[in-house]
Amino acid sequence: MTAPVKPEEPGSMSTATPTRAPHQDVPSGHKPGDGRVGGGLFDPKQLVKSFPDAIRKLDPRVMVKSPVMFVVEVGSVLTTIFACMSPSDWFGWAIAVWLWLTVVFANLAEAVAEGRGKAQADTLRKAKTDTVARRLSTDGTSEEQVPGTELRIGDLVVCEAGDVIPGDGDVVEGVASVDESAITGESAPVIRESGGDRSAVTGGTKVLSDRIVIKITTKPGETFIDRMINLVEGAARQKTPNEIALNILLASLTIVFLLAVVTLQPFAIYAGAEQPMIVLLALLVCLIPTTIGALLSAIGIAGMDRLVQRNVLAMSGRAVEAAGDVSTLLLDKTGTITLGNRQAAEFVPVRGTTEAEVADAAQLSSLADETPEGRSIVVLAKEKYGLRERHQGELVDAEWVPFTAQTRMSGVDVDGRKVRKGASGSVITWVKERGGEVADDAQQLTDAISQAGGTPLLVALEDERGPRVLGVIHLKDVVKEGMRERFVELRKMGIKTVMITGDNPLTAKAIADEAGVDDFLAEATPEDKMALIKREQAGGKLVAMTGDGTNDAPALAQADVGVAMNTGTSAAKEAGNMVDLDSNPTKLIEIVEIGKQLLITRGALTTFSIANDVAKYFAIIPAMFAVAYPGLDTLNIMRLSSPNSAILSAIIFNALIIVALVPLALKGVQYRPVSADKMLRRNLAVYGLGGLIAPFIGIKIIDLLISLVPGLN
Amino acid sequence: MSPVLAGVLQLIALIAALALAYRPLGDYMAAVYSSPKHLRIEKIIYRCIGANADAQMRWPAYLRGVLAFSVVGVLFLYLLQRVQGGLPLSFGFASISPDQAFNTAASFVANTNWQSYSGEQAMGHVVQTAGLAVQNFVSAATGMAVAVALVRGFARSRTGELGNFWADLVRGTVRVLIPLAVVGALVLVACGAIQNFSGIHEVGQFAGGSQQTGGGAYASQEVIKELGTNGGGIANANSAHPFENPDAFTNLFEIFLILVIPFALTRTFGKLVGNVKQGYAILATMGVIWLGFTALMMWTEFAHGGPALQAAGAAMEGKETRFGVGASSIFSVATTLTSTGAVDSFHSSFTAFGGGIQLLGMMLGEIAPGGVGSGLYGMLVMAIIAVFIAGLMVGRTPEYLGKKIGTREIKLAACYILITPTLVLGFTAASMVLPDALSSMLNTKAVGAGSHGFSEVLYAFTSGANNNGSAFGGLNANTPWYNTTIGLCMLLGRFLPMVFVLALAGSLAEQKPIPETAGTLRTEKPLFAGLLVGTILIITGLTYFPALALGPLAEGLS
Repeated sequence: MTAPVKPEEPGSMSTATPTRAPHQDVPSGHKPGDGRVGGGLFDPKQLVKSFPDAIRKLDPRVMVKSPVMFVVEVGSVLTTIFACMSPSDWFGWAIAVWLWLTVVFANLAEAVAEGRGKAQADTLRKAKTDTVARRLSTDGTSEEQVPGTELRIGDLVVCEAGDVIPGDGDVVEGVASVDESAITGESAPVIRESGGDRSAVTGGTKVLSDRIVIKITTKPGETFIDRMINLVEGAARQKTPNEIALNILLASLTIVFLLAVVTLQPFAIYAGAEQPMIVLLALLVCLIPTTIGALLSAIGIAGMDRLVQRNVLAMSGRAVEAAGDVSTLLLDKTGTITLGNRQAAEFVPVRGTTEAEVADAAQLSSLADETPEGRSIVVLAKEKYGLRERHQGELVDAEWVPFTAQTRMSGVDVDGRKVRKGASGSVITWVKERGGEVADDAQQLTDAISQAGGTPLLVALEDERGPRVLGVIHLKDVVKEGMRERFVELRKMGIKTVMITGDNPLTAKAIADEAGVDDFLAEATPEDKMALIKREQAGGKLVAMTGDGTNDAPALAQADVGVAMNTGTSAAKEAGNMVDLDSNPTKLIEIVEIGKQLLITRGALTTFSIANDVAKYFAIIPAMFAVAYPGLDTLNIMRLSSPNSAILSAIIFNALIIVALVPLALKGVQYRPVSADKMLRRNLAVYGLGGLIAPFIGIKIIDLLISLVPGLN
Repeated sequence: MSPVLAGVLQLIALIAALALAYRPLGDYMAAVYSSPKHLRIEKIIYRCIGANADAQMRWPAYLRGVLAFSVVGVLFLYLLQRVQGGLPLSFGFASISPDQAFNTAASFVANTNWQSYSGEQAMGHVVQTAGLAVQNFVSAATGMAVAVALVRGFARSRTGELGNFWADLVRGTVRVLIPLAVVGALVLVACGAIQNFSGIHEVGQFAGGSQQTGGGAYASQEVIKELGTNGGGIANANSAHPFENPDAFTNLFEIFLILVIPFALTRTFGKLVGNVKQGYAILATMGVIWLGFTALMMWTEFAHGGPALQAAGAAMEGKETRFGVGASSIFSVATTLTSTGAVDSFHSSFTAFGGGIQLLGMMLGEIAPGGVGSGLYGMLVMAIIAVFIAGLMVGRTPEYLGKKIGTREIKLAACYILITPTLVLGFTAASMVLPDALSSMLNTKAVGAGSHGFSEVLYAFTSGANNNGSAFGGLNANTPWYNTTIGLCMLLGRFLPMVFVLALAGSLAEQKPIPETAGTLRTEKPLFAGLLVGTILIITGLTYFPALALGPLAEGLS
């Protein structure tokens, strides 16, 4: 690979192309106005498949983790006991059955959410099959075969084409192409080489060519693949801060309703309408926030899962939540905002030459240049000047001059002509050394391009007329399509974007303006990045960034959401709290959206759950007390057919709504990047108002169906 | 003029007066609580009590101040009543019994002013003036101090310091309550309320015969009773008594006094957090609930059923003819939506739904606009709950006024909202099964008023635990059971919430502020005010619906 010609500005950092070209597509499947972080398939069959797991979760030691559902389980046990005490009463049995179903449905929601992770874990486990490692002795001369599980940190192992890499480590010797599809699902091989930012290899991946020596950096059982398995299976799942807080609120609401129901019996006794225990238990279960209680953990697991589906591994749920709160995004220019390489935008002739001449020479000099910049010159010459792409084979006598760090030029000698293109200083020196002259406007043209944020390449030709500069190629960073709109959306969501680049401030500003980011950090060093993050955080903002190099590690660790590229070093992966297996920095935006969607889903279902209670009161209270106080029958606004049917309908609705909302919990509520105000208005209308109204309709329908069953009333 | 029109016009006049006072009073209070200077009289007070009024307190220290001051208040008031028999200017009244003395002491220190005694037949001038009236000032100032501490928790960052309790207490009394009370008392005296320390007079009655009546510092006690949302009058008839509340104008003026500080505190809040719009949103929330309740009350009291009521032209039972249905409705809603509990009409005699509205008003936690100080902090706690539930729906972890509502904050807010339901429902349930408690009830199922009797007990504990102090007649509350349990309700219902509020303030003050972005839930918008109203009504409604169904709803729907 030839390095592209670099701009001459001091302090500019490498913008070398990444190992695997970043995904150049506009963020996946985005249509304007379309909820785009939806996704996440839901197949009703999963409900059936997860049923055994749901039954296993009835273990009280498991249930107690969700206080709301634990109360329902205790209620189910008590109801069953009471039903047994008067076995001829169909009503007691019906309530008992539906209470148990409520618990099972809640477990089912969690089991389905976990089930999807399990499938992924199984695939990963296959990659983890016991490998045999070829360990090098300490002096590096002899090899021994040991099981992969016996490797220790610091061991050196050899891998050759066809070998499965036995553990996580860094390449210390050699270059190889590696098939990482076992973890990333991406079949194109990637290059791993010693030194630099592409040295990390992952256990379980396969070497396709060449030979590398790897220094093991993790203990067996703690490798990346082990951690991935734990993460996707949810074994390492801990409740996130917001989930804990929400659980506290739900627990306290449960206490309030427990209180309301426990004290109701003395009130009822005074009123001369003592209530059967089963009815009180039914009322309690209806009132406590079972809907959100049942779905809360499924929502969390599904949120992580939505990331996994996008090939992002969050090391903790906390990071996913933090993503929703992010107010500053640090985006690397290259690969995120721009396509990752400069492209030829125009050919500018010096006085006395024509554009066509420049185009012709530029094309000629770039035919053998396989860098994206070189290719783009050929393409531009073809598209804009109709110059047919000449094949290298056509030019039989051509002598190609490759780019080197010393000459900083490339070109070709053919038919007595010498064509060169490269950094202006080098080309000018080349022309002058050969006794040629440099057009006096060449410097002005290069300066003008530099100031506009572009990179100028001089094109020179030596032919019968002597050596001379023909013109300048204007290389430009090309902003990815659709980025501008995305930044507008982010701004609406209250998120500020900061472009990070090694370019000089002038170049940076030009690109920042074109892309529409809010701010930029030019000539950025790792220290600058770190300082920027700390400054934002000091102002109370949460910062998200992506990074891959070892020198990104401190900033990744400091950021609230640090997404490490899988192609990056192990230090970077260790420091971040997420790893993007596709190494696509644009994904940061999607990660933020998934974080927000997770929180919105939680809030929406909590609101829905609480709003539901209003209707249940209107069903159950008249059913309980219309005998003692006939006037209370006025509250039976749904005109339910009988007290028993009213209570049973409320319980059935309460259980069925859980199943009905499982797909929503797994997929997440519809999400659009709009301002907080609009989002709240919409969600309040759907889940607040909807939550008030839906149960009135649902309970009425269930009551109608029950009243059709003969012999019940 | 029709009674309905009269009521509506009075309501409009009241709103206009409150609107006029809102900004100047709110701004003045903000200045009082943030001024670095001490008045000379304040310096003397600090020297006397040995307080360093410039020292910043973290929440535990602030709480210790609140509790220590209140414990001393309870003990002093208890002793004063217990030795009344030996005190001068006491009309020869005996000392108060231990359980009633405890109940009364707890009641006045807790800003409740539940009275299980009949003022003019039990308390002499010394207890009234040196004991009860003093607590009317300082218990109100304590509530305001705690509210200001919570507001500082929002306004301050990266510090645990919440100000100085002694300074807040003294300033609230000296610079806010006393000046307003002096002006208010003069207005009342000018309008005919009495103010003297005379003994008992024998006066003739219109219908012949004579009755004994005592003098007292009625006007001065009346004004702070309303202004400090206390409610404990000298006369048993409270503000229905002509000495306390001579005419329709004083009646309206007293309603104004009840509401003026709690509403204006939202302006103070907005000023102190640096965004008056946030204060307006809280004001709007309080205002919507208050107006809604007032409208409902007037509707149910005017739209009466039954031949007796129709003959009288309205539900006039228990209401003074000089006030009428409209003014009585406005007063009763104002008094139950604040922690006042003063009455100009008898709540037990309102229609069943009217009684239900009064009950629900207190059950909301008295936050619309609520007691002085306690209304604001109660409303802010509800705002935290609302932000937490619905705030998630904007896709960020919840935050209010730039502070994160995390595990610690929600834990404290949840504890706060658990207290009063536990006290109210727990003690009411116990009273429904204990024969001693049941025997106090005059309205029972046996006399065909089972649900009304239940409402009376429910009302007593709701009033006590929410520090309202008004009573639903028909219950003999001067028994050891009710004196003790309601006394406990008042103390726990007043001071436990303060513990959580101050802890919350401390936790908020330590946080660093989160800058507002377009992604932030806008808590100063009407949408949020609407959301807050909904949250308050639904959470309270769900908690108390069964109890309300068996009380006022069962009665009203029969």
